[in-house]
Amino acid sequence: MKVIVGKDLLTANANQAGENRARFNAGRVVAVNLISSPGSGKTTLLEKTAALLGADLKMGVIVGDLYTARDAERVAQAGLTAVQINTEGLCHLTANMVARALAEMPLAELDLLFIENVGNLVCPAAFDLGEHAKVAVLSVAEGIDKPAKYPGVFREAGAAVITKADLLPYTDFDLPACLHDLKEINGRLPVFVTSAKSGRGLKEWCGWLKALAGEVYGC
Amino acid sequence: MHELSLIQELLDMVKQSAIENGITRVDRVRLVVGESYGALPEALAFAFEVLAEGTVCHGAALDIVDSPLLFKCRECGTEFKPGEYSYRCPDCSASNAEPVGGRELYVDYYEGD
Repeated sequence: MKVIVGKDLLTANANQAGENRARFNAGRVVAVNLISSPGSGKTTLLEKTAALLGADLKMGVIVGDLYTARDAERVAQAGLTAVQINTEGLCHLTANMVARALAEMPLAELDLLFIENVGNLVCPAAFDLGEHAKVAVLSVAEGIDKPAKYPGVFREAGAAVITKADLLPYTDFDLPACLHDLKEINGRLPVFVTSAKSGRGLKEWCGWLKALAGEVYGC
Repeated sequence: MHELSLIQELLDMVKQSAIENGITRVDRVRLVVGESYGALPEALAFAFEVLAEGTVCHGAALDIVDSPLLFKCRECGTEFKPGEYSYRCPDCSASNAEPVGGRELYVDYYEGD
């Protein structure tokens, strides 16, 4: 006997992501899923974002790591409401894990929620968490090949942030070539070239976040 | 890698369906995997072999059908497969195509008694 199923394997995750999205919308919170390799500077970017944007938008962070609460402690120090998820070895966050973290997150008090995914450019791109936008983060120290090697996440992203731009003079990172590759993969992708050390590009990045909040909720 | 969790979902889904259809032994499962997931066929097959043990799918064959990436240009409507590094439309060279194939990930059917 042959049984036609035709059911998506990620149905359970997609359903939970839909519930998360409904909770974000009910609380009028814009959710941003940050995806990158390990060590790209996501946490530092969040610390700087907190300092620049904290007066305009109330922000929270769900931090995904395999182990430790170190990143949550850092962003909490920077004034963000933080909840840590330890995936105990799993390479990506799932909508279910985010739902559990949301139970501890005061959504009604927030305007913007970052979900700092596990450092990995492959698996997180496949799992919808209910976010309004994915943001791909790429550091100068990683070289320019990441977009071409891992196009999926850059294709799905609503924006890309290049971090550690202060290192440009000391590396072979070819910024125009990298921007060209990104354009080839996703011609509609806004790219922010930033440095947490010098402050370069951070205003523009924060401006994009504010505009996104405005687009979603008119705030 | 997430092949293990995908296969666990597959087994749960087939198990549930087998109960509903009065099937006690599954011989074959056909899984369609979009290229965009980057899931390795070998890893899927290995996960299936290991996790199916002791379930209704024990010993069943897993057929994996790859669904290649396919894009449709938002400007001129041309459908195309992306190049190695480029996702531009080969006809009008616009770079804002939408993916229309390669994002599938579903159990097509299974066979059993």
